[in-house]
Amino acid sequence: MNSQSGFNVLWLQSGGCGGCSLSLLNAESPNLVHTLEGAGINLLWHPMLSEESGSEMVRILQAVIAGEIKLDALCIEGAILRGPKDSGRFHILAGTGRPMLDWVRDLAAVAGYTLGIGTGASFGGITAGGDNPTDACGLQFAETERGGVLGEAYRSAYDMPVINVAGCPTHPNWITETLMQLTLGDFSESDLDEWQRPRGYADHLVHHGCPRNEYYEFKASAEEHSQLGCMMEHMGCLGTQAHADCNTRLWNGEGSCLRGGYACINCTAPGFQEPGHRFQETPKIAGIPIGLPTDMPKAWFVALASLSKAATPKRLRQNAVSDHIVVPPHSKKK
Amino acid sequence: MSRTIVGPFNRVEGDLEVQIETAGGVVSNAWVVSPMYRGFEQILHGKDPRDALIYTPRICGICSVSQSIAAADALAHAGGIMRPKNGELALNLIHACENLADHFTHFYLFFMPDFAREIYCGEPWFDAVAERFKAVKGRAAADVMQARAEFMHLMGIMAGKWPHTLGIQPGGSTRGIEATEKVRLLSILSGFRRFLEQRLFGAPLEQMLEIDNQRQLDDWLTAGDPAESDFRRLLQLSRDLQLDQLGKTDNRFMSYGVYSLEGERTFRSGVWYQGKRSKLNSDCITEDISHSWMEGQAEPQHPYHGVTLPDADADSGYTWCKAPRLDGQVVEVGALARQLIDGQPLINDLVTTGGSNVRNRMIARLLEIPRVLIEMEQWVRQLKPKDHFCVGSELKRESEGFGLTEAARGSLGHWVRIKNGRILNYQIIAPTTWNFSPRDQNGIGGPLEQALIGAPVREGEKEPVAVQHIVRSFDPCMVCTVH
Repeated sequence: MNSQSGFNVLWLQSGGCGGCSLSLLNAESPNLVHTLEGAGINLLWHPMLSEESGSEMVRILQAVIAGEIKLDALCIEGAILRGPKDSGRFHILAGTGRPMLDWVRDLAAVAGYTLGIGTGASFGGITAGGDNPTDACGLQFAETERGGVLGEAYRSAYDMPVINVAGCPTHPNWITETLMQLTLGDFSESDLDEWQRPRGYADHLVHHGCPRNEYYEFKASAEEHSQLGCMMEHMGCLGTQAHADCNTRLWNGEGSCLRGGYACINCTAPGFQEPGHRFQETPKIAGIPIGLPTDMPKAWFVALASLSKAATPKRLRQNAVSDHIVVPPHSKKK
Repeated sequence: MSRTIVGPFNRVEGDLEVQIETAGGVVSNAWVVSPMYRGFEQILHGKDPRDALIYTPRICGICSVSQSIAAADALAHAGGIMRPKNGELALNLIHACENLADHFTHFYLFFMPDFAREIYCGEPWFDAVAERFKAVKGRAAADVMQARAEFMHLMGIMAGKWPHTLGIQPGGSTRGIEATEKVRLLSILSGFRRFLEQRLFGAPLEQMLEIDNQRQLDDWLTAGDPAESDFRRLLQLSRDLQLDQLGKTDNRFMSYGVYSLEGERTFRSGVWYQGKRSKLNSDCITEDISHSWMEGQAEPQHPYHGVTLPDADADSGYTWCKAPRLDGQVVEVGALARQLIDGQPLINDLVTTGGSNVRNRMIARLLEIPRVLIEMEQWVRQLKPKDHFCVGSELKRESEGFGLTEAARGSLGHWVRIKNGRILNYQIIAPTTWNFSPRDQNGIGGPLEQALIGAPVREGEKEPVAVQHIVRSFDPCMVCTVH
């Protein structure tokens, strides 16, 4: 595709793990190459896919900044490392002697749209964990605080704030669908939620479509890994609070965290990396989990939970603490 | 003599810079620079040890499962936890799926596109290679992504998703497999086998493993058309471009061994030097920071006692990477080391006669694919759906442990010390930390720094294509390297 006619995407990685790019390669029906081609999306450069290396790549960046090549979407993957002491030296872009921090600011100034790919580029994410040794943050947020490396007032050339395709990693379709909506001109600021995530996936909860829903209804809970019960009461699952469509969209064919037998850790949210307690364990006060579904009155939740616990069928009570179905649903006709 | 700076390298995982000096048309000296630091070892300090299962896979999006396995093994070692057989089989399948997908991705998307670069346009094979392997536009890219994504459905069933699963626990796998899923796993493996036999090799996998020495490999090359087999194309390019003369190291190899099952490792661990295999003693591993942007360690330290404190102004530092050494020696890790130490006949013959080089690294990587896929088919058959996949993962409040495993690109180790139920020290040595290590306190460079010396520089080349081939032949993962 001609880089002057298509929708040009430039992709750079900084203080993350590259996992969102690897996840992107999992795109299917059609595969990634055909998806992009079909949508008229032209990769100016992608660190895992492009031919250009070294000075050829640096020339592309310079031409984009000089306005010689149109840049429709700048995709930044991974947190931006501001340290040590605001110098950005924790990531100097190879071959350039220049911090990635500076390249990102220059490119964002000319980009039609700027996308934070993954929770790192969106908010800081894992790299901002612990004491945040590298002073990592996102493009327009440092966790829940607005600002980041581009500043609260930043608007891209097509007049949008940063689009945060958050997730650790992101689902391939969260990326491709966002880019494709942008190519159609079908995406505006009202399609972003409070953390500037695309509402297409962020208006859903991970809980939706969870195959353990029946266990949840009756508060029949798993107590150990590999057991079949609901993981909210003991195992730290945040599916009822996490914004994403993981259980209706599915990953790698038919997966999701909950289908894989482990807790949702709310990886699309700012600050998910520091939950304030051990992951995989539900913090409780007087035996009642804190962090209940956000829009449900607590008293009602407790009342309903104790009612449903009392009504739990033996089938669910036993299966919840087993690693395969020990009591099947029974047929009335027998 | 002036240094040329080469970078950024794409089609490697993460950011990389190489500095070279040239004399008489060849590279005469090289420095490998890992230009990014994130601080995982600092982030882990003081955390609940089990939280390492969330943080450490996120060191790397391409070796994510290997990181999880190393972390879970370290915690299991510290806690004295034994996995049930189903748990071992499930973890092996998840791990093998990642490792094979990595080999596959590396060959088609990272390594081969360099032969479709303009510099080779005068070669008789150029048009055919460009048509198939040109970056993004070549015919192979779309087919390969499809095959890879379908193979990764194994992850959807067994690990919830890839990358960054939490399904890998010290006590086994969180996901029990039912009898119907077992047969679905077999279908996924047979779909991938089909692609390998039809496109990658153009021959049954078992036949590929019957090639025992260089002579038989040469015969196999001439017995068919490189247009019908991507592996044969690699052999033809290797012959025509003498890739066996490129990227030689000191030929000291190490493998931690991988795929544990009932007390054994499917590929055994060890060290190989000058034709002799010996046992690996992980107590003899140290990390040296004499040429790193690091401080806080006067002498090389075993990782239990290692310190990771960044210092961007460290004297004589030129990279964020530390220099790991085994018994004070540089070792090369990766598929070549793994297959050599396991005694694979062809690899043994190729290394005995030609040592470590670009061609041999690529052949070892590709021949590992059938070896592992055949094991995977057996592992699925051994799964017992009604038995346990996981046991409890209780840890001791005061303990230490290590987890040694093999990512696609080589040996990965985690060392953890636990005090008062919290992480006192967590140290990670990744495959490319070994291969792309800087000089140590004796001034000895790591495997890539050695391998680049003597690389030919063509007339007018600023960023020599030979350097590109050598760098990518290690299948580097830079985000693991420094972490």
